[in-house]
Amino acid sequence: MSIAAKTHKPWRSIDKTVLMQQLIVHLGTPFLAMFITINTGFSGYSGFLVVWFFLHLVTASLLGKFGKRKRAVSDSLFEVLSTAAVIAFLLFVISVLEPVFQLGLENFQVHHLFEDAKDTGVDTSLDIGGLGHALLGTLMTVGLATLFSLPIGILAALYVTEVRGVLTPFVRFFVQAMSGVPSIIAGLFAYAVLIASGILTYSGFVAAIALSILMLPTVARTAEEVLKLVPDDLRSAALALGGTQWRAVRMVVLPAARSGLVTAAILGIARVIGETAPLLLTAFGNREYNLNPLEGPIATLPTYIFQQFLLGTENDVRRAWVAAFVLLVLVGIVFSLARVVSSRFKQA
Amino acid sequence: MDNVSAYEVPTTEAVVTGREEVTRMESAPIAMEARNVNVWFNDHHVLQNVNLEFPQNSVTALIGPSGCGKSTFIRTLNRMHELLPGAKLGGEVILDGSDIYTPGVDPVGIRLKVGMVFQKPNPFPSMSIGENVISGLRLSRKKISNKSDVMEEALTKAGLWKEVKDRLNVSAGSLSGGQQQRLCIARSLVLHPEILLMDEPCSALDPGSTRKIEETMMELKESMTIIIVTHNMQQALRVSDHTAFFLAEDGKPGEVVESGPTVELFHNPRDSRTDDYVHGRFG
Amino acid sequence: MITTQEPKVSEPREIVVTRRFSDKAFRSILILGGLFAFIALSGIFGYLFITSLPVLQYAGISFFTDSFWFMGDNLLPNQGSIDSPQLGIFAMLWGSILISSLALLIAVPISVGLALAITHFFPKFLSRSLTFVVDLVAAVPSIIFGLWGAYTLAPHAQLWAKWLNTNLSETFPIFAVDFQYFGQSPFMAGIVLAIMIIPIITSVAREIYGSVPRDLITGAQALGASRWTMIKNVVIPFGASGVVGGAMLGLGRALGETVAVFFVLNLVTGDVNWFNILESEGGSVASFIISRFGEASPLEVQALFGAGLALFVLTLVTNALATLIVNKARRRR
Repeated sequence: MSIAAKTHKPWRSIDKTVLMQQLIVHLGTPFLAMFITINTGFSGYSGFLVVWFFLHLVTASLLGKFGKRKRAVSDSLFEVLSTAAVIAFLLFVISVLEPVFQLGLENFQVHHLFEDAKDTGVDTSLDIGGLGHALLGTLMTVGLATLFSLPIGILAALYVTEVRGVLTPFVRFFVQAMSGVPSIIAGLFAYAVLIASGILTYSGFVAAIALSILMLPTVARTAEEVLKLVPDDLRSAALALGGTQWRAVRMVVLPAARSGLVTAAILGIARVIGETAPLLLTAFGNREYNLNPLEGPIATLPTYIFQQFLLGTENDVRRAWVAAFVLLVLVGIVFSLARVVSSRFKQA
Repeated sequence: MDNVSAYEVPTTEAVVTGREEVTRMESAPIAMEARNVNVWFNDHHVLQNVNLEFPQNSVTALIGPSGCGKSTFIRTLNRMHELLPGAKLGGEVILDGSDIYTPGVDPVGIRLKVGMVFQKPNPFPSMSIGENVISGLRLSRKKISNKSDVMEEALTKAGLWKEVKDRLNVSAGSLSGGQQQRLCIARSLVLHPEILLMDEPCSALDPGSTRKIEETMMELKESMTIIIVTHNMQQALRVSDHTAFFLAEDGKPGEVVESGPTVELFHNPRDSRTDDYVHGRFG
Repeated sequence: MITTQEPKVSEPREIVVTRRFSDKAFRSILILGGLFAFIALSGIFGYLFITSLPVLQYAGISFFTDSFWFMGDNLLPNQGSIDSPQLGIFAMLWGSILISSLALLIAVPISVGLALAITHFFPKFLSRSLTFVVDLVAAVPSIIFGLWGAYTLAPHAQLWAKWLNTNLSETFPIFAVDFQYFGQSPFMAGIVLAIMIIPIITSVAREIYGSVPRDLITGAQALGASRWTMIKNVVIPFGASGVVGGAMLGLGRALGETVAVFFVLNLVTGDVNWFNILESEGGSVASFIISRFGEASPLEVQALFGAGLALFVLTLVTNALATLIVNKARRRR
């Protein structure tokens, strides 16, 4: 009985010495790090983290070598290093998101979502005006870009999954290559084609063209993945029922992949919704609502953040943080939407 | 016929009944004929010199071990195999007096005359049960005025009407595997094909569903010609009038070892390899 | 039903597929859609090239090898210029490469750690959450990383930079500076870029590490390998090309990043900052374009298109190499 009790949970066999050693490593090192931070030139919590990181690394691997549960130093070093990478990354992520939420929420007022900035000058109090024009501009440009890139992206994907011709590897290669086009280049291109040539002025339409160049590879690749998941049996069945290839694709293949294609569109939107550089060259920015995407500069959230932050006054920087917060929430919504829709698609 | 096992010594009676049927069938007109059919995938020769005739209003079973080319063969009969990359063909497939591979022939038209049911039930997931039944009409752009009559007729023929008549608007995914397969049969029937190809239609189904589909086949052969690929020799014995035994020996292309009236082929095979296969000594 | 065994095999005949008009049209449209990426890339190259051609003809190869950006009277000699411009973007090109390499140096080890943790080390629940976070970070807009760099990172990184400069500049000359100002530097741009490309490298590395054949792992374990030995001898070599490919993809992204770098880097065109990563001067082609574009004369816009052309070719080559490497790594599994 006692033997059974001792052996039936072998993974629970943490004895006291091991526990003590673990405590020293995981709790002791932060104190030691704090001591070092306070008494040397390092200051702030980043200094503390750096010191703690190295201390923890050394003690944890020493523990592996000399501690109760001996392993090779390398074995425990790997675990520690890998965990350290995770912790470092998570700390980075938290430090990126924390000020956006903190400063954003602190300064956010509901009327910001609806009002534009025509009555705000430099350093105007946040009680006046808002970023509604930029929010609407972002929705308009990104919506237009989706309208342009979704059909073309799906066509490119259909070439790979339906025609299966000799060009398939080239199509894939160029779509992949296109995904590496820097966003500013897309902006330069749209500027050269439509603005420098005198066809249009700075406008939402030109911005949408630039964004759709950036969206297309994401849409095409995702669409290809989801169309590949449509069983060949369905295509065969549609053809066996006297369908032409076009009708088989329209009536069977595309409807079967519908939610997957929605995912493709959402991932494309997520790819470009925060793009700044191409918009600075094409949409430029505006302090008022501009409902006409074909004419005149239009404000978008990223360019608004950029411009407010560069103004540098206290209230303008605050406005930038509010806009960053709104943008991040928007990204969060799009991101979760993509997750929900794609998980549904995988279930179906 | 349900209890007849291929492993039992055939009774004289069964053989005699079989022969009588054969005589009747041999006088029947030929619905489709394969002449010297050869199939290659790129340089790989998978099927060699297949010559078969399919009499009207009969069921022909294609049997043989996996990889012998019988599924490939059935796909050449409605021009489905050409969808695979690298597919090549030799010989002719005669339907209504002309070769379906004659240049200029519209494969879409061929497939309207030669329907097909696949191994795995494949109703269209985005459509309801009712929409699935008439999907063939939409896919082939055939106009009809009385949709519900067409639906009922096809579903009744496929033996599914009673089970689904109250939920025609429900997604086809809610049906059981056997029901889905009968839905796929109903879907093909709407187009009134002359010939129905069935590629192991029961291999993914339980015995109950299998029996229902076999019953459906017996009724359907009154109005069309059925060609069925099957792994199950008892099924071939139960449902078919004629059987062709396919075999691919050691890297050689598959060919028809023997074909003839089902009962004769099972109980009096001319070739020793047929004898070995139908008695389960390999395969 | 008759079977006649004819010894002669009939000749393969060409299968003539006569498609209906609707299908012919459909397939042509698909081919056009498939070629769209190629058309777009050619269009981009063409427009960049044609727009910048006058400037490139004027400056010649020195446009890419010189480091002086002076607009003069904004006219070319053939337009009657008295004070001719001098155009060279080498400092910017080199700066892009320097900060991107720094970013890789920081991002690759962290990404490998993350990928190993996700695939071989963490329990399933933690792996999933971590994957979720990594994907989420990939979706964070670059402008927010820019804000982070200027607002959160700069004050801290300034301290680290100062410490590195005071204590290590004797041993490692890369930490030496001419001016004791640490608010903006290639070092900081490298950190910002690093966190932006970690998700890219991690997701490629994760995919490859996760696809190490089971029997290789159990084989190593059967030979008595510890987890680390197994990972060192099986997983890491197996995934090496994947990590290299992922790093190249990240490099491509880093080279083209614009606004995030803009906030933490002081762009200096007259002088090449070769390796002094803490010095408050650096370069980045993409940020340079955005910083000049607003007030650029027509001639300078043409010159900036030339800079764009250089950036485009650089990222395209990087990405093409990356794609080849990653695809090769994927195919091996």
